[in-house]
Amino acid sequence: MSTALRSVRAEWTKLRTTPGPAWLLLVTAVVTVALGAAVSAAATCPHDGCGIDVARLILSGVYLGQAPVAVLAVLAVSGEYSTALIRTTLTAMPSRPAVLGAKALVLGVAVAAIGSLAVLGSLLVAGVLLPRHGFTPEHGYPGLSLADGPVLRASGGTVAYLVLVAILSLGAAAVVRDSGAAIGSVLGLLYLPPLVTQLVTDPDLHRRLEQLAPMSAGLAVQATTGLHQLPIGPWAGLGVLAAWSAGALLAGTALLRHRDT
Amino acid sequence: MRLLRAEWTKFRSVPGWVRGSVVAALLILLFPIAGLGGGAPDQASPVPIGPHGGPVSSGYFFVHRPLSGDGRITVAVSALTSVRGDGAATPWAKAGLIVTAGPEPGARYAAIMVTGGHGVRMQHDYVHDRGGRPGAVSADAPRWLRLTRSGDTVTGEESPDGERWNEVATVRLPGLAATVQAGLFVACPQHVEGIGTAGDAATAAFGAPRLTGGWSAAGWAGDQVGAGTATFAGYPRGTTGSFAPAGDGFTVTGAGDLAPATRSELPVGAAAGDVLFGTFPALVVIVVVATLMITTEYRYGMIRSTLSAGNRRVRILAAKAAVVAGVTFTTCLVAAALAVPLWLRVVRGLGVYVFPVTSGAALRAEVGTAALLAVAAVFALAVGTILRRSATAVTTVVAAVVLPYLLALTPFLPPSMAVWLTRFTPAAAMAVQQTLVRYPQVDGLYTPAAGYYPLPPWAGLAVLGGYTALAFAVAAVLLCRRDA
Repeated sequence: MSTALRSVRAEWTKLRTTPGPAWLLLVTAVVTVALGAAVSAAATCPHDGCGIDVARLILSGVYLGQAPVAVLAVLAVSGEYSTALIRTTLTAMPSRPAVLGAKALVLGVAVAAIGSLAVLGSLLVAGVLLPRHGFTPEHGYPGLSLADGPVLRASGGTVAYLVLVAILSLGAAAVVRDSGAAIGSVLGLLYLPPLVTQLVTDPDLHRRLEQLAPMSAGLAVQATTGLHQLPIGPWAGLGVLAAWSAGALLAGTALLRHRDT
Repeated sequence: MRLLRAEWTKFRSVPGWVRGSVVAALLILLFPIAGLGGGAPDQASPVPIGPHGGPVSSGYFFVHRPLSGDGRITVAVSALTSVRGDGAATPWAKAGLIVTAGPEPGARYAAIMVTGGHGVRMQHDYVHDRGGRPGAVSADAPRWLRLTRSGDTVTGEESPDGERWNEVATVRLPGLAATVQAGLFVACPQHVEGIGTAGDAATAAFGAPRLTGGWSAAGWAGDQVGAGTATFAGYPRGTTGSFAPAGDGFTVTGAGDLAPATRSELPVGAAAGDVLFGTFPALVVIVVVATLMITTEYRYGMIRSTLSAGNRRVRILAAKAAVVAGVTFTTCLVAAALAVPLWLRVVRGLGVYVFPVTSGAALRAEVGTAALLAVAAVFALAVGTILRRSATAVTTVVAAVVLPYLLALTPFLPPSMAVWLTRFTPAAAMAVQQTLVRYPQVDGLYTPAAGYYPLPPWAGLAVLGGYTALAFAVAAVLLCRRDA
């Protein structure tokens, strides 16, 4: 038990004492809020019932915010390989699952903290911007409140989404090891399926792809209106992403066990 | 020259990088197969093709009579409204006079008309449009229209009072048969709202038509033209095409359009740019390779040997850029030049309608795609030099090039944002794959998602080029200033 605790402390020290993670976390919060603000500033609702899901709009900053999170998680593993620190780490802490588990835990907590800040910041900024662009109670938008069930789900789900992206990236980095290739794979896995889906004309296949792609499915958790039209429900979608993350982490652990460093 | 050779040797001796370039080319060549997974969509209705060879909307309500030889028809229009026009008509709702080779969709025609928001127009053969007197019509301000057929030529005139006539245009319809169908028509394209369209139908009030020349003695017959075609969206609920006598004239209701078809009317049609979809996965691979070309030098300290070999640092960066751009351009050009004809043939074979593309536009899309990837590789190299870390550099470039395009395609984001993103971010370069043509006389959904970009093809690529030049300059300065 104390071994696990020690490895968590070791990972926390690494995260705390290197300058990269702090910067990346700061960038995550800034770009998430900034993109959310830009989208909120561009959106307009000229008449009643313009059919816009404002929660999705406000929280769309996560499209960009997930990129620095992925970098952070990839570097937590690849960074050790590029400086050969990984040998020291594994000598001190021979249990491979414990090392990856500790990394996942520390990263998850850090990302959850900064993700919550980013989500709250986005909500605050949008609360100022949106009523000026026609998102008023008269047009059917009474203002967002975290006390509102769907809004709370979208906000909490967005934080969970960022944590799961971090774990997915961690696992991918443990599989690929080289930081450039690892981040390329992660960003490809996140950003490319939605683009491919656009090309698919067959409606069944289109739906299936949206249900399986980590980003399309995971971000379903942000939906607050028209849930029955979604290809996948909010929690089920987040579950799909969780499966991807768990799969990547398991594959990373398995490879780490059977490979020399 | 020695520098180039040194960089080329480095590039070709790293198996991962060579593999990366090959994989990128294969992705461009083979990736469209992902889109064919479900087979072709059901598209039973035929696509009308106009005299210019492109797809057209050819649906309208036609109140007609045969006309043999030369003749003239004159009529007054005193009202034009549409279901979704809030008392007026949708901007391109049309009502007026038409002479056509026949009622079959895609037939030659010439027409003079009043429109909902663009004044009097003279249009012929779907793609040609000439403006006349501006302003909408009403009972207080009716508009007289006159169409004269003389052999192959048709002249359209308009008048505010039926006495003083202004010619709008005289057009030639080569090979027009001696006997044609002519009369009144009403059309109304779908109403564009935000990122969607809604069915619409227009109603017009005509005065009594005055005829001179070889008109048949048979009475007026009313028909919907083009009802079963792929580009005809039908009538909104509760309305149908009709004509009824009103006073000594007619009230006519119609839907459809006489215009070139865009993606809004033919969403299932494929464009040449669609089959270059492998550009995105290829881009991610190339960005990784190009970034690693410089970041691995830092990681292994190789950069010190490279720099101490006695060359100016800027030239080293330029040599790397030349190698990665040259390799990328060559492999991707081969892949794109094979992919476009191959996949268009496959798609056509599946029965999907393919928007016509000139060989020049196809060539531009192919060369442009290779150039886009080569420029993106230099961009990645420059960003890699600035940041010196693979992960951050790869992420920066992917977030700058791929993400804006993805956001532009995301349906729930504001459309103004899609235009902004494809104009000012590096993703503007995707415009180089645009082969669809936009028409001022059609209010389509001209969005990046549908294959229409706000910038012309090469201008879009120039935006990426600008970012790359900037990044390269910063990289060169930093490389010279910093210790390795």
